[in-house]
Amino acid sequence: MRELRIHGRGGQGSVTAAELIAVAAFKSGVFSQAFPAFGVERRGAPVQAFVRFSDEKIRLRSQVYEPDYVIVQDSTLIKDVNIFAGMKKGGIILINTSGEIDGTIPEGVRYIPIDATRLALDVLGVPITNTTLMGAFAAASGEITLEALEEAVRERFSGSLADKNVAASRKAFELVKGGA
Amino acid sequence: MKKILEGSHAIAEAVRLVKPEVISAYPITPQTHIVERLAEMVADGDLDSEYICVESEFSALSACLGASAAGSRVYSATSSQGLLFMAEVCFNVAGMRQPVVMSIANRAVSAPLSIWNDQQDSICLRDSGWIQLYAEDVQETLDLHLIAYRVAEDHKVLLPVFVCFDGFIISHTYEPVDIPDEKDVKAYLPAYVPVNKLDADDPLSMGMYATPEYYMEFRYENDQAMTRSLDVFKQAGKEFKDLFGRDYSELIEEYRLSDAKIAIIAMGSVCGTIKDAIDVMRAQGREVGLLKIRAYRPFPAEDIKKALSGIKKIGVLEKNISLGSRMKGAVGLEIKDALDDSSVSVLSYVAGLGGRDIRIEDVIKMTDAIEAGNGDCFFGLREELI
Repeated sequence: MRELRIHGRGGQGSVTAAELIAVAAFKSGVFSQAFPAFGVERRGAPVQAFVRFSDEKIRLRSQVYEPDYVIVQDSTLIKDVNIFAGMKKGGIILINTSGEIDGTIPEGVRYIPIDATRLALDVLGVPITNTTLMGAFAAASGEITLEALEEAVRERFSGSLADKNVAASRKAFELVKGGA
Repeated sequence: MKKILEGSHAIAEAVRLVKPEVISAYPITPQTHIVERLAEMVADGDLDSEYICVESEFSALSACLGASAAGSRVYSATSSQGLLFMAEVCFNVAGMRQPVVMSIANRAVSAPLSIWNDQQDSICLRDSGWIQLYAEDVQETLDLHLIAYRVAEDHKVLLPVFVCFDGFIISHTYEPVDIPDEKDVKAYLPAYVPVNKLDADDPLSMGMYATPEYYMEFRYENDQAMTRSLDVFKQAGKEFKDLFGRDYSELIEEYRLSDAKIAIIAMGSVCGTIKDAIDVMRAQGREVGLLKIRAYRPFPAEDIKKALSGIKKIGVLEKNISLGSRMKGAVGLEIKDALDDSSVSVLSYVAGLGGRDIRIEDVIKMTDAIEAGNGDCFFGLREELI
């Protein structure tokens, strides 16, 4: 079983990202489970959401403590939250940042910085980074296919909003694939 | 059809398949997504139910009671404070023998205010006369809703049912779930045929005054119906298996229990985590198994006694606290009552109250305590706060 933890702030769509990644994983042919860190989500406050991937039915119901993957939607969270907590060796951390981050990547963890805010502004016209980071996650982890992700996004959003979010996912996917 | 859905939306799908004629509910976290989705279905014309908007939970269940008394299949859903606000009506629904089915997204009870999960809310309504079923995952939650209507509406039973599932842990989790076909559900669950109903052309009264010459017999009949529901559930579960393939022919489920020396007993979603913990401990050579309880009312005491025969050490993980009870947990007392052999150690562990997470490591630590004979206590307290 592999586990993903997503850090964000209320309003950035972290819970939606977890749900869509789980939907895409299901469409990619594995068992998946997505759930939020249950709380009273206020706009701007730190939030977490989790996804599990497995080749067998998932029974475990506790929160995720030792993730294989971490996605950080907002690099300023580093000051408030231990985004690296429990990360497994060989794991991958994707951080939305335009420059240096204010923290030390744990040993044995692959760090992928991506300026998702810039990319989202260019493609979507708004600084909502979840679909962009989902594309980057698909490329970095191989847990979900880009096709399954696109399908999941189109089920959630409609019309030009779906097109734009699919375009953002794809651009981030290609960026990370190219850079890897 | 296999889909990946949020638990709440899977429950709404179950309700859509059951086609209640009347739905009335008042939104409360973490039940909200269920009733929001149902309201959408009704507004979009995907579900032909009358959705009665009310100003409180007391009114929601009262509307359901009235609609049920008029002969309709009805549905409601609530949590925590909402359920306690309904408490008086709960006794009325059961006393008037109305087969109302209600989803309970289990949540802790205030004060202090908590929106998070434990099972105190439904356990509080133990003696209200409602059947109480507890589900482990989203699939079981969906399936138990279908079975609940079969059992509730059976003329040998005619009692209301709580379908309980852990708030957030099940209600807000996306996972794969098999949605039954509409025509199969129609075959499994025929239209509700009331024995008595309110009818202007053939008037009758329900819930009238019962003087001391009559009251006890009504409670006796309630209890008899509850006892009969044990076999009705098993039969309904067996037929469910024949049609849909998933087995609910028992009110308990055993996991690696037949050759175990230690048994952990629990209800609800934590059973999944316990199963994973048992696999870890089995790999280390520890002879431990799980007894999952699917029905708290009626309590399947005979089945539990049989399943636990030969086991000497039993620990009950309880997401409730009976304050002032020596044993502390409400389920442990029932287990002790189910067993005749006083040499068997039965200990309660109050855990996971107000949403405190329960991890595999916690279950292993609890197993150590069961083995050592230390229990009837709170488990996982933060000592620095006491």
